[in-house]
Amino acid sequence: MPTSKSEVLQGTLDLLTLKTLDSVGPMHGFGIALRIQQVSKDLLQLNQGTLYPALLRLEQRGWLASKWGVSENNRKAKFYSLTRAGRKQLEEEAESWDRMSAMINRVLRTT
Amino acid sequence: MSATLRSIVQRLTALFRRRRLEDDLDDELRSHLEMSAEVNLRKGMSPADARREALRSFGGVEQTKEIYREQRGLPMIETTWQDLRFALRMLRRSPGFSLLAILCLTLGIGANAAVFSWIEGILFRPYPAVAHQERLVAIGGTSRDEPRGTPLSWPDFQDLQRSCTLCETLFVSKITGTTLSIGDRAERTTGSIVSANYFDAIGVPPMLGRGFLPGEDRGQSAHPVAVISHQLWQGRFKGDSAIVGKTQRLNGVIHTIVGVAPEGFFGTFVGWGMQFWVPASMEDIFEAGGYKLEDRGARWIEAYARLKPGVTLQQGQQEFAAISGRLEVEYPATNRGRAIRCWPLWQTPFNNAGTLLPTLEIMLAVVAFVLLIACANVGNLLLVRSFARRHEMSVRLAVGAGRARLWKQLLTEGLVLSLFGAAGGLLVAYWCRHALVLLFPARGGVQMHLPGEIDWRVLALSAGVCLATTLLMGLVPALQTGKIDLAQSMKMESAGVVGGRARAWARSGLVLVQVSLSFVLLVGAGLLMQSLLKVRTASPGFNTRGVQDTAIDLVSAGYTPARAQTFQDALLERVRALPGVESAAFAKMTPLSYVSSATAPIVVDGYQPRPEESPTVEYNEVGDDYFATMGIPLLAGREFTRADDEKAALAAVVNETMAQRYWQGRNPLGERLQLKGRWIQVVGVAKDSKYSSVRENATPFFFVPLRQNSLRGSVLNIRTPLAPQTMATAIAREVHALDSNLAPYEVITMQEQLDRSTSAQMVAVTLVGILSALALVLAAIGLYGVMSYAVSQSTRELGLRMALGAGTSNLLCLVLSRGLALTGAGLLLGAATALLLTRLLGNLLYKVSPRDPLAFGTAFAVMGVVSLAASFLPAWRATRTDPAQVLRG
Repeated sequence: MPTSKSEVLQGTLDLLTLKTLDSVGPMHGFGIALRIQQVSKDLLQLNQGTLYPALLRLEQRGWLASKWGVSENNRKAKFYSLTRAGRKQLEEEAESWDRMSAMINRVLRTT
Repeated sequence: MSATLRSIVQRLTALFRRRRLEDDLDDELRSHLEMSAEVNLRKGMSPADARREALRSFGGVEQTKEIYREQRGLPMIETTWQDLRFALRMLRRSPGFSLLAILCLTLGIGANAAVFSWIEGILFRPYPAVAHQERLVAIGGTSRDEPRGTPLSWPDFQDLQRSCTLCETLFVSKITGTTLSIGDRAERTTGSIVSANYFDAIGVPPMLGRGFLPGEDRGQSAHPVAVISHQLWQGRFKGDSAIVGKTQRLNGVIHTIVGVAPEGFFGTFVGWGMQFWVPASMEDIFEAGGYKLEDRGARWIEAYARLKPGVTLQQGQQEFAAISGRLEVEYPATNRGRAIRCWPLWQTPFNNAGTLLPTLEIMLAVVAFVLLIACANVGNLLLVRSFARRHEMSVRLAVGAGRARLWKQLLTEGLVLSLFGAAGGLLVAYWCRHALVLLFPARGGVQMHLPGEIDWRVLALSAGVCLATTLLMGLVPALQTGKIDLAQSMKMESAGVVGGRARAWARSGLVLVQVSLSFVLLVGAGLLMQSLLKVRTASPGFNTRGVQDTAIDLVSAGYTPARAQTFQDALLERVRALPGVESAAFAKMTPLSYVSSATAPIVVDGYQPRPEESPTVEYNEVGDDYFATMGIPLLAGREFTRADDEKAALAAVVNETMAQRYWQGRNPLGERLQLKGRWIQVVGVAKDSKYSSVRENATPFFFVPLRQNSLRGSVLNIRTPLAPQTMATAIAREVHALDSNLAPYEVITMQEQLDRSTSAQMVAVTLVGILSALALVLAAIGLYGVMSYAVSQSTRELGLRMALGAGTSNLLCLVLSRGLALTGAGLLLGAATALLLTRLLGNLLYKVSPRDPLAFGTAFAVMGVVSLAASFLPAWRATRTDPAQVLRG
């Protein structure tokens, strides 16, 4: 897999994860994966497994916190929640995403 | 940025919680899969389908874990950790190999670290407790005749001190000695005559009392004060806390002890620990030749300077040259043709640094050789193992390990080995740090002090050696992996013939290196050994076997000159009457001892000095019968007799060289020379002998009678065939009979004196000898290893040869000849290298050519015998091959 492509994907996944946790509150990995698929109307096909290294990366940077808890079906699961730094990061990334897509749109329209 | 830092910290801590985190990960993924399957179940799938679908949408579980782990920890560190653990496991699995390899490296690295520590402790940082040694330089004078460093005169030193702008401080430290009577045993003690600023200049404040006050180094015998060493204080004064202010007789003069130097301070003289310090004003009490503080022509002091920070040696040197140039103009009578210069501490011309420098330089090369040989040995061992592990390596490559990864692992294995070796080596160095002293013969009353210093510089250098070692030996097997042909090596099993394999080249090459390097060392050891023998058997111009000497220090015991004269006359009479004594004579100094002879400017009647020459000649004061006792032949004229006393005409005996230089073919008998303002008549010409060193060139020298001079001759020379021990008891008895408070020094033969004066050569021979023996053993092990391996790898060939009718002797010859071919090539290479390198021994060799055939021949013979022995065992084992078994198997 070429690195440039994976980086874009990774960044996108990070943003999606942060956004998901921002809107639904503390959630386990499976829930996040499900939610991303639902919201994107199954357009985004992702291997659910790739979510975990991303979660770890976000946690290592201090944007997420994790805690073992019990799921709605009474199953032991690790719940992730957004930290204050994570919320700030989400804002920044969302903003830069907007800028980026606006710019790309402009470029696509003018040429 | 803080997010990145945070993540590094998290990753680092993750390294230590691997098990926990691994369990967490398992739990988390399991729970994911179960939830996912549950959802699928609810969609109406069968349990098996639900599970399969969950796994499918998850992607690969193991891949995810692997990516997760890489994200979690620091993969570089983790693989290194893996490699380390693997390396340790490999070591444990073959303890024999590991021990041998570590032992080789311990010896190699240990020898290096020990020599580093000696060089650091003796040459670079020789004076424990002294501040800023890195900026200290030794100062001395040079003259046309003696560019290698002469002492300075006190007035010159003071002028230097006044006008030097680049020096932070300058101070004098001139070795001297006295006798301390402890019970009925007289013991020689060494101390220093120093300038008053000494303790301030070196930055070592006395632990009790004070150092010297400004001005205490002025005036003739004006300030009888002394600072004593911690050791002397503890030993002789029993740690008396009220010592300051008490008095002690030193060289006959009552001195007040004003201070005690701190523990761990040994003064500023490489090699000997100083026990007391007196200010320069007391010079005429301790030095031969009278009061010299106002005499610009009397050169006796040894000095140091600390350059200001940032000042280079060259800049300092230029300033000294400029100042001495001015002095030369201002005082032509005494300073014509003379200059002042400085040396870095490790080249100090006036203490044992200068004597040991060439030895330690050679040692540096020698231990590098030993290390190379050890590396070659371990490289060879690793190589053998890498053949054995060829299969393992091929499998690793086949399942996708990169070559870089393999290299890393092999280098890690090398590193683990050399780390063990380095640890062992430092231990060896630690044990050996004071070993140098043991190689010097003990001499009465002198406390040898040659400490190794293991500081961070030595540690860093040893670490560097360890890394270099790792690369050297890790590289060999690593390069071998480059040659692995996957398809080939997975298929085949080894079946070789003796000497017929290309791969054996690497191993043979290493043995070649070993043999040649140890040959070079053997040649070096041989040359040094021969040189030592030459030095020790060279005739110094006097009798060495039949003459013994001792001394009775009457001055220190407080005798007045008149009383001393009476005592010496009485003692001489008694000693001459002893059975076995052929003759005896007093003298001021013993040849070849550290105590330097007096030197004085002279005027020779009828000799016109060259414009830049100020004739200065060394001399000795000797008693009647001296020449007969010492066995120095007289070429003309007569010996001193009892009649040459203070009432008789002043007389002198000059040596051949002096006669030639100053009377140039004329007969010097009856001619006159002027010493210290008095005209003296030459009454005899003595054959040249050695005065301060066996290796000195013929130097002008003359003798004057004791009775017409200082009367302070304390050395008693005795000509006798008896053993020194017998003589010692007899003389002690006679001395005791005359004065029960007196005791003589140790009685030694002149040969012993000569041996002591050449102890630096002795040390060089011993060290090089030990290390070349070590190298020889290592090389023999290497050769043995290669031959054994070759034999074990070619049993099939050997079996076949036997089956085809080769006899025991054929096989023996086959294997031996291969071993000898290797050795032969190594010897040729070694001989070529030795011819190039032995020249470096230069100064250490005395009357031995660096291409001495005897040394080369001996080395050839030794190497030949050893390599024959090393290949014989494998050869013999080859003959025990059972052809039936081999061919069947």
